[in-house]
Amino acid sequence: MWGPDTGPPRHEYNNMTFEQQILQYLITGVTVGSIYALIGMGFNIIYNATEIINFAQGEFVMLGGLLTVSGMQLLHLPVPFAAILAIIGVSIVGIALDRAAIRPLKDASPITLIIITIGASIFIRGVASLIWGKEPYLIPAFSGEEPIPFFGAVIQPQSLWVMGVALIVVLSLRQFFGRTLTGKAMLATAVQPRAAKLVGIDASYMVLLSFALSGAVGAAAGIVIGPISMVQYDMGVMLGLKGFCAAIIGGIGHPWGVVFGGITLGIVESLGAGLISSGYKDAIAFVILLLMLFFRPQGVLGKSKGDRV
Amino acid sequence: MLKVRNISTFYDRIQILKGVSIHVGEGEIVALIGANGAGKTTLINAISGLLSVPDGTIMLGDRPIHNLSPVKIVKAGISQVPEGRLIFSPLTVEDNLKLGAYLRYRSKEKDEIAQSIEEVYSLFPLLKERSSQIAGTLSGGEQQMLALGRALMARPRLLLLDEPSLGLAPLVSAQIFKTIVRLRESGVTILLVEQNARAALRMSDRGYVLETGTVVLQDKAQRLLENKEVQRAYLGKGKKEIWDA
Repeated sequence: MWGPDTGPPRHEYNNMTFEQQILQYLITGVTVGSIYALIGMGFNIIYNATEIINFAQGEFVMLGGLLTVSGMQLLHLPVPFAAILAIIGVSIVGIALDRAAIRPLKDASPITLIIITIGASIFIRGVASLIWGKEPYLIPAFSGEEPIPFFGAVIQPQSLWVMGVALIVVLSLRQFFGRTLTGKAMLATAVQPRAAKLVGIDASYMVLLSFALSGAVGAAAGIVIGPISMVQYDMGVMLGLKGFCAAIIGGIGHPWGVVFGGITLGIVESLGAGLISSGYKDAIAFVILLLMLFFRPQGVLGKSKGDRV
Repeated sequence: MLKVRNISTFYDRIQILKGVSIHVGEGEIVALIGANGAGKTTLINAISGLLSVPDGTIMLGDRPIHNLSPVKIVKAGISQVPEGRLIFSPLTVEDNLKLGAYLRYRSKEKDEIAQSIEEVYSLFPLLKERSSQIAGTLSGGEQQMLALGRALMARPRLLLLDEPSLGLAPLVSAQIFKTIVRLRESGVTILLVEQNARAALRMSDRGYVLETGTVVLQDKAQRLLENKEVQRAYLGKGKKEIWDA
């Protein structure tokens, strides 16, 4: 199964003190956590506009990575151009998903649509395995692989890219939903679709926009992790679930919550894998997910909505 | 101004409106009264374009609007304050108002919109005090004011009000009703659905009584108030007082 490895080779841990090892695990955790957060943001965008959980989000991530690989190998583009092309491509896939599978069912309940996204994810994965095959591909690191020493531990330059991209995306999304009229109209459509129509907001356009946007964010996640882990047709399954987990821990729909959730999850996983056993890494994430869903489904930072009758 | 001619609507296969015709003249307040399930809200939603109208026509001026999307109907000048207010509860009061002018932002009327917000605030000073408060934390009456203000932000020629006093304390309803009368004085035409038939008819020019999907009575509001049948059914007069133990 998929597992990013951002730390130094295993044997180097033996030369570190315990504190340095912990620091190394934390760095790895924050890196992986930033990826989870990015993926979780994709869940948030669609949820904010439609109250649908889009389980094809992981597939957006996979497509982002694989399209970048194709852009580089087939069109011989440098990474930045291949990446931009991939982001546009996945946005179009998002739009297509909305047009083909979500929009035709005008008055379906969210649960029906959620099940449709699960079907779509299986379909996309199948098509990807036909196009790209089942072997893994590698995207070269954006700015070299010379590790940067950090208090006795090391940071891979790519980790900084991952964290930077996650930060930029969360800030832009916050700006979009908090400051722009279109962003607010999107929120309005999610909470009161009928009233949104009555003020003249075109709901189906908002849904379309949310799918395009979350396609773009998902693709960005797939591209920045390309150099850290291999990209492969089935990487979306586990990544999608981890991203969902991040969104649930933080409180789905909450912009900072998903960052908190992703990084918490990344750190707990990394510490668990390092100190207990790497075999439990995924189990840890899902135990957390279940506990959250049982005891605090609105998330750590999420509030229950301000509703009043 | 608004002419609804012989429209029918269906939920699945159940017919709700059976050939309803009403008209609303420029500057009028027209009340729709009737029991639960008579089709008042359905009629309002059909006018707003939320429901399809397979039979009959709805004209705004000379323009048929029964085939338009809700968005285009708002553009044509009809705004609805829906039953249950349906404010955007996670957003601030001011954002709710701004979204009310969503289509006007699209046509780049920034300055006029700022002025409209001030007009709504002068109509409801309470909303100004709470402009940056999250709308979901407002009281019921304040939410109703916000829903009204939001609808006014689109600068409608015709305002459809669905149960504006539902669930409000009498004093608060009275305030809402006062505002409705003031709105008419400022030139807005109003079609009003109201449980409180007496209050509705008192401030209206004319009224329609709906029963199971058809108009059974229409007249000047004053005459409806005096009508024995209406008094018995909707105004609670002539009924023996019943004491429960």
